[in-house]
Amino acid sequence: MPILMDSERIGRTLTRIAHEIVERNRGVGDLALVGVRTRGVPIARRLAAILRDIAGQEVATGALDITLYRDDLMKAAVGPQPIVRRTEIPFSIDGRHIVLVDDVLYTGRTVRAALDALIDFGRPSTIQLVVLVDRGHRELPIKADYVGKNVPTSRRETIHVRLAEIDGEDEVTLDQIEGERA
Amino acid sequence: MSDTAARLRGKDLLGIADLTASEITLILDTAEAMKEVSSRPIKKVPALRGKTVINLFYEPSTRTRTSFEVAEKRLSADTLNIAIGTSSVVKGETLIDTALNLEAMSPDIIVLRHASSGACHLLARTCKAGIVNAGDGMHEHPTQGLLDAFTIRERKGRLQGLKVAIVGDLLHSRVFRSNIYLLTKMGAEVWVCGPPTLMPAGIELVGVHATTRVEEAVEGADAIMMLRIQLERMQGGYFPSLREYFQVFGMTPERVKLAKPDAIIMHPGPMNRGVEIASEVADGPASVILDQVANGVAVRMAVLYLLAGGGEHEAVA
Amino acid sequence: MKLLLKGARVIDPASGVDGVRDVLIEGDRIARVDMSIPPATVPGAIVADLGSALVVCPGLIDMHVHLREPGYEHKETVATGCASAVAGGFTAVACMPNTNPVNDSASVTRFILKQAAEAGLARDYPIGAVSKASEGQELAEMADMREAGCVAFSDDGRPVATALLMRRALEYAGMLGLPIIDHCEDKTLAGDGVAHEGFHASQLGLRGIPGAAEDVIVERNIVLAAMTRSHAHIAHLSTAGALRAVRSAKERHIRVTCEVTPHHFTLTDEQLMAPLAYDTNLKMNPPLRHVTDRDALLAGLTDGTVDAIATDHAPHHADDKRVEFDRASFGIVGLETAVSLSLDRLVHAGVIGLGRLIELLSTNPARILGVPGGRLAVGDAADITILAPDLNVTVSAASFRSKSRNTPFDGWPLRGGVAATIVGGRVLFVNPDVPQASALGRV
Repeated sequence: MPILMDSERIGRTLTRIAHEIVERNRGVGDLALVGVRTRGVPIARRLAAILRDIAGQEVATGALDITLYRDDLMKAAVGPQPIVRRTEIPFSIDGRHIVLVDDVLYTGRTVRAALDALIDFGRPSTIQLVVLVDRGHRELPIKADYVGKNVPTSRRETIHVRLAEIDGEDEVTLDQIEGERA
Repeated sequence: MSDTAARLRGKDLLGIADLTASEITLILDTAEAMKEVSSRPIKKVPALRGKTVINLFYEPSTRTRTSFEVAEKRLSADTLNIAIGTSSVVKGETLIDTALNLEAMSPDIIVLRHASSGACHLLARTCKAGIVNAGDGMHEHPTQGLLDAFTIRERKGRLQGLKVAIVGDLLHSRVFRSNIYLLTKMGAEVWVCGPPTLMPAGIELVGVHATTRVEEAVEGADAIMMLRIQLERMQGGYFPSLREYFQVFGMTPERVKLAKPDAIIMHPGPMNRGVEIASEVADGPASVILDQVANGVAVRMAVLYLLAGGGEHEAVA
Repeated sequence: MKLLLKGARVIDPASGVDGVRDVLIEGDRIARVDMSIPPATVPGAIVADLGSALVVCPGLIDMHVHLREPGYEHKETVATGCASAVAGGFTAVACMPNTNPVNDSASVTRFILKQAAEAGLARDYPIGAVSKASEGQELAEMADMREAGCVAFSDDGRPVATALLMRRALEYAGMLGLPIIDHCEDKTLAGDGVAHEGFHASQLGLRGIPGAAEDVIVERNIVLAAMTRSHAHIAHLSTAGALRAVRSAKERHIRVTCEVTPHHFTLTDEQLMAPLAYDTNLKMNPPLRHVTDRDALLAGLTDGTVDAIATDHAPHHADDKRVEFDRASFGIVGLETAVSLSLDRLVHAGVIGLGRLIELLSTNPARILGVPGGRLAVGDAADITILAPDLNVTVSAASFRSKSRNTPFDGWPLRGGVAATIVGGRVLFVNPDVPQASALGRV
């Protein structure tokens, strides 16, 4: 179970990404972070805190549940059905630069669903994407604008992201999947 | 995260009697997320896109049918409303034949309201489509029970340990049955009240307190639920007059005062003002009757989603 | 033609016989019943070595069946009903008058008897209507019907409508020496109920028929039977209250008798909920009652309060049952499950012995209806049932001889069955699963 990123490394990576965001967007004006549930949300909150330190400004942060937007091809009969949680975006996204935040980018289908959901909320100016880990194997033309770490993986492997806010500790590991998987 | 079921067993929702406490919690939690959808500018999610839902109503109903239709459309399902007039029944097509004919068009869900208890069970055994009970005879009205529970939970934060009083024509009410099954399963203390002529046999065996004194039922209650007195019951000789019914059992402001100060007043509708409930109570600050209606859409969205929308999912990005 | 039944246990409560005997049938009569009849002494006789595991008894009589003809031939005819009867071990049935037209006249009675004679299977004793068209207004022509062959009168399907009508009927039928059989149900209390009023019906949202609806009319009939000194017979008694009333009436020597159906001594209203909720094959009138009622019936079967077991065989077409519970027709078939249920649930369960069972299914029905049979007397018609008390059977509705299949017992494994049925010396049914009876198949 190789550990790809420990707590310290995650912290440094998020700091680096925050700086990249500020640089790319020339500040944080009109910016809003939207974390994709579940683990995208604490990552978004951490980024918001770092951005506040860097730019001296509060950055609006929201949480997006994409369960209702999943597509047919996301069915792979594994594990219990995720429970639909509330989406909380307590600000208007019209005309804003939205930064979607997720923990792992894999096939790209979650991000596609998140884009569909966001469009139902309004008309953002731009949408950018932050991921902590990009593990390859895209099935859709989706690209992350900010990547914490690129980790080439095989389909028999999986990335586990654990965050203190949810799992009690910070850790990113690469594991084998038990049983046969395509 | 609460200890909840991950999905509903089976393809149907025939009654609260068949649900576990865990499944009830799942539905209520999902309904919370669905309620948020209804507050967006675009009140639509694609969760049931491409699914067909048929609303097959053998009894007239604007309220419930509209609620289901809105719920189905908000989930992007294709909906069909079929209202069977009494003439179709007289013409002799059986319920099973009607359903099998509809099934030939591959609906994913049939929402059935029917005058006979057990009609939904009959269809569930016969059809491949999932059957949602929108009210069968005197038996159950599970989505009403769920939206009532959702409303109580929304206002009080929980169901366990609350005192809930239900007053009215208990004998003939499917809303009553669904509610007592649900509330007892979730650990509420349930008091039921009505004239002895309208009290179902064996009611104490369900685990509720039964009384013919409405004051005893509502004392210290957290929630008071009034049931509709169907005006035709008077012809059935169950009680002498509506006037006397209101005098003995009607929910008046004086009786409401016996409950907790923050008690909520509920009614599944439609109301008979001045029969089971005084207007001041129905329109007063404690009344959550309109919330019940709003919550009905969210709860029905949750039920439809859990039966037809989910399916297997990867928890993978 | 001579038929020798050898080595079976012969039980005939009427004569007190219970032991291994040989029975000789000559033509259509019982010729001899002896400890031993060597085959050599009866040249030309067909010999059936039955063995003592089988029981030879007087032909069983089901005193409450619905044969549906005339008028409802899609459910059953006299012929198919009588075929169902012999397959169930019954040599005779008494059929109720709620046909269409109602059997309220000699002409309908004669029609039914003609159909039965043509079928040539179980004997059929028609029960005529109490009132014209069973409408509960005017007395029907009872004397004429008796002349034509009726053995009793009933408005079954409905109660005898009023106390006055019941009084008149008891008085008039008393003159004729025949009983009035009443389906005891106060319609105002029963309302449009479809199941026993109680916890289970409440749970399922089904309108209830309170036990009191039956008790009230049973008590009425007891009072009137006492008043008129005539014979009232309570059909399909199902409640503890009614049983108590009959027991007390008998203690006061009032001429009241009663029958109980196999489904009422086997099932309770609890079955409505599981395994199959709202199973319309559990819908009948009177409905399946509370377990305390069922247990009271078992006690009544043991202590002699119950006089007869009768099936209330009520065939219905599948279309009439494959609908919502409220709309389904009341009733289930019973001729082909009665013996197995009785042997399994009463005899093997230790509630009663075989002798008492034969009283309930043969001796007493014959006595109540005043018809021949109910005993194995030399010179009597050879109506004989051969039981296989230890045969393991699985109820199979698909193989019923009845036209209808509305039974809740399909697939039930039961211990006990019918080996053969003989009417007037003719072997009309042989069970292929009973090897000892195979010789009878050659008759």
